[in-house]
This record gives sequence, C-alpha cells and structure tokens, in this order.
Amino acid sequence: MSDVIVLAGADERDLTQLGEYRALGGYAQLERVRGMAPADVIGELNAANLRGRGGAFFATGRKMQFIPGAEQNPNPHYVCVNADESEPGTFKDREIMNRVPHRLIEGSLIAAHAIDSQHVFIYIRGEYLDAFETLRAALDEARKAELFDGVTIVLHRGAGAYICGEESGLLESLEGHRGQARSRPPYPAISGLYASPTLINNVETIATIPKVLELGGAEYAKIGAPPDSTGTRLFCVSGNVVRGGNYELPMGITIREVIYDLAGGIPDGRALKAVIPGGSSMPILTAGQIDVPLEHDALRALDTFLGAAAVIVVDDRACMVQLGLRVAQFYMHESCGKCTPCREGTRWMVQLLEAIEAGEATHSQLDLLLDVCDRILGKCLCPLGDAAAMPVASYVVKFRDEFRAHIDQGGCPFGGESSLDGLFAPVDQHTHHPVVEEGVPA
Amino acid sequence: MPRPLADQVRAIAAQYPESRSAVMPALRIAQERHGGWLPPEAFEEVGEALELTPAYCKGVATFYDMFHLAPVGRRLVEVCTNICCGLRGAQEVLSAFERALGVQPGETTPDGEFTLRAVECIGGCGWPTVVAIDDRHRLNVTAGDVPQIVQELRHE
Repeated sequence: MSDVIVLAGADERDLTQLGEYRALGGYAQLERVRGMAPADVIGELNAANLRGRGGAFFATGRKMQFIPGAEQNPNPHYVCVNADESEPGTFKDREIMNRVPHRLIEGSLIAAHAIDSQHVFIYIRGEYLDAFETLRAALDEARKAELFDGVTIVLHRGAGAYICGEESGLLESLEGHRGQARSRPPYPAISGLYASPTLINNVETIATIPKVLELGGAEYAKIGAPPDSTGTRLFCVSGNVVRGGNYELPMGITIREVIYDLAGGIPDGRALKAVIPGGSSMPILTAGQIDVPLEHDALRALDTFLGAAAVIVVDDRACMVQLGLRVAQFYMHESCGKCTPCREGTRWMVQLLEAIEAGEATHSQLDLLLDVCDRILGKCLCPLGDAAAMPVASYVVKFRDEFRAHIDQGGCPFGGESSLDGLFAPVDQHTHHPVVEEGVPA
Repeated sequence: MPRPLADQVRAIAAQYPESRSAVMPALRIAQERHGGWLPPEAFEEVGEALELTPAYCKGVATFYDMFHLAPVGRRLVEVCTNICCGLRGAQEVLSAFERALGVQPGETTPDGEFTLRAVECIGGCGWPTVVAIDDRHRLNVTAGDVPQIVQELRHE
C-alpha cells in the first residue's frame, strides 16, 4: 500500500478538477456514507484512531461524539473547517487546498453527515489567496454537480490574525467580532458557532477522512506508529535544509531521516544545531536528539510535541537568543490582548530577550525570563501565551551557556555573524495600526 | 456602474445565520473600493449596510493585519521576516527592497507607488524568502532577485 493518503494521486493527476478526482474514486465514500448511520461513520474514525492534525492531537471521532443529537439540542449543528493555518513553520493545509481541494470538500460533507449538520463553514486565512481561489472553484464545481445534497458550504476569508487559528478565536471572528479567545467550558461541541453545537477540525484531519473510510478504520490504524500515532502526516520541512517543502509520510519516521534522506541535509557545509519539531510554539530539540521518531509518544517523552508536524531545522549560524527574541516578538504581536499573562508576559519576554541580546542583562534577569514564562504557562484562556513561553523556556534550558555568554561578554557572542542578526519584526513597524485623524488627506 | 456596496454586502450577509458575520468580507470590499485602505467613511458605509455602528466596524478592522487604516501604495510589497525565512536570509531581502524603493518597512514611496511592509509568517516556510505582492506570493526570493522584481512592478 502506498504511504500517501491525503495527497494520493496528486502527483499523477490534476485533482483540482472534479472529473479527475472522480476518476480516482473521489466522492464515492461520500455516497456510501450517506447510506450509513452517523454512529457507524464515527465508529470507523474511532477504529482508525484518527487524531487532530492541527496540533492538539484530539481524537476526531470522540470530538464528533460530544456533539449532542437534535433531540438534545434542536439548534442547527455546524461544521467549521479550520483553514487558518498560521503557525510559523506550517504550510501543509495550503498544499492540501491547492492540490486536493475536492478531498477536503468530500471530507467536510462526510463530517457534516456524521454530526447531522447542514451547514459547513471553511475559515481560510486571508493570506492564502491562491488556495482560496482554488477551493472556491472546486466548491463551485461540486455544487454544480449536486454533491452537496442540501448542505451549504460557506468559504470565509480571514484577514490576518494568528489567534483565529485557535478554535474559539476562529468562532468569534466568524461571528463578526475581533478574534479574541473565549472562556471554556462550554466547549464548541456544546455551544460553539452562534451558541450552537459545532465541530471544528483542521484541514488535514478533514481531508484524511475520505481515505480512512475507503481503507476502513482498522486498516488505516495499521499505518504509521500505532496505537496512538496512526496514519500519515504532511511534514512541513523548513529552515536550514537543502530541499524544504511538504513530505507526506507515515508517523514514526525519525527527524534524522526527514532532514538527511528527504530534505537533502544541511546546506553550505554547516552543522546542525537544533530542530523545532512541530511549529514555532514547540519546545526545541538539540542536534543530539534527532533520532526521535516523529510520533506523539516519543516526542512527549522528550518534553515536546508533534504539533502541526512542522520541522524547522536550525544550523550553527543561528544565535538562540535572537531566535527566542523573534519567536517572542511574533507571539507578542499576535496576542489578542484578552488575558493579562499573555498580553503583558509576551511583552516582558521581548524586553528581557532584547536586554540579553544587547549584553545589558544580568544573570538574575535570565532567571526572571524563565519566571515570566512560568507565569504565562497554563494561565490563559487559550494556548497562545503557552506558545511563546514553552519554546523560549526550552531555548534557555537547552542552550543556557549561550544565553549566559551574552551576559558575561556584554553582547552577542556571534558578533553580528548570526543568521538571524538584525532580523526586523513587524512589531517594530511604527505605522502598524496607526491612528488616522479625521480629515487627514488620503 | 458598479453595484452599490450595500447591495454587495447584503448578498454576502444572506449566507450567514447572522448578518454581523459579514463584517470582514464587507470591510474587504470597502477596502478594495477605497484604493487599498479604510478611510473613516468606509466604516460608516459598512456599518450602514450591516446595521452596525462605524465604531464597531473600526474596532473589528483594527484587530486584523490585512485591513489598512492608512493609505497604502498602488503596489503592496510584504516580506516575511519570521524565523523560517529569517534563517534563510529574509533580512537581506527586506534590506534589498528598502534600498530599491528608498523607504523603510511600514512606509510608502513619495510617488504613492509602493508600500513596503515586513509581515509575520504567511505560510510558505519551505520556500524562503516568501514575498507577497498584492497578496500573490513569490517563493524562494533572494536579495539578488529584488532589483528585477521592483523593475517589473514599476512597469505593470
């Protein structure tokens, strides 16, 4: 059996075309599923042990089982497809939408059937104009072919906010508000979009569903690293590698294989320094830890996560203080501002990291940085604050000597030669969110 | 004669159970109609179409990075400077645009042709550096490509 599930057939055929997708058996599972009881569809997903590909790794079938039946809650039920892929290092959902849009549509319609919903919303990040256009064309084709069977699918474009990839921020944004995180409980399954039962899943998760049903849950569960990490992932490989890009592979492949066998190794004769395994919010691994298989349990044992399966490779030219600063600047910029620990804490992290990088910090301020991280972790309504605190704390713990050298030497030991030296952050842009006075000429 | 904004917005709003959900699509349409940014009257137009206050509409717009509250140039050049592009020379690409256009990030050229911005990750990390020009992504851009790109854009 081929290892490729989500992108199956996309190398040989133009699967953006409905006819090509159907020639490959596309939409056959939808047709079959519509004759099945929703509970049996969910049973297959549970047998497959399909887990969420957006980063939380929650069991997809169980999430569907949390949705109350119509007799318990007569409000409309909603499916929200999270296509607001924004985690730095992640670019897989973009590829899925660009290359296999009909697989995503088929998966969305199957998910709608499984929770007895007539309404699907796909929230796509505003920056993905190409994927938006491809998906819109595929939706038009599928609609004309009368594949929706009474279900409506609305494609909703975001407008540039990382927080809208967080499920409650996404719901707020889709309802026409600022995308600020919501307090939970109630969880979306009980009270989500328009206070109604809502299923929210990542693009890759939804696009995997047709193949799970085609293979059968039990068969799918043999792929990858069972029992927990079943199936394939689209690994997004970036940073200091020869061939960056998306590679769909069964879970359980090692980081070493990804870097050296698939991505062509480290360019320019440089040495590997570190790897971020799941996206910029994940704790870092050192060069000595790359024999770890990319699957949930093995990464948890190393105190990190598979996240959205983004593998960011860092070579020995990078200053870890600068890396931490740039990561912290991103999360400070993207904090929605609702919870004080995240809003203020990310700012303090940036200030402390700037002082360390400039050689103006004391050793006690390095401890203070870890203390600030600790005071953010787990203390907010959503994981955005954690997404800043976890990686930066891991850089300090794993590369403490490098942080201390900045303090002891009164400046960056790379002396302006770091690959990240002087990297500008949008948060420095003085015109960001400017105040325009009434009457100022355009 | 283009359709009035209110008609266009109400047609979009009809897709949602609650019309307020159309505020982002409406702001996007208003921004396109006003030459790439949202002047104060845009919030009044959107507010009127959706029965929201202009202040509410502005409050939504200020949350999102792709809504511009100040005039922008005819062409919008946005360089990703997040870590994946940063590890591969994004700063040099940004500096090359600064030199070629004679402006700093966040500024517009005096002739109103170009606005240069540094942006957070736009999702092309495996193909650094990613540069968005009017929301179309160019991948694998190096500093050496920049003069040619700017030359092309000036003539398009």
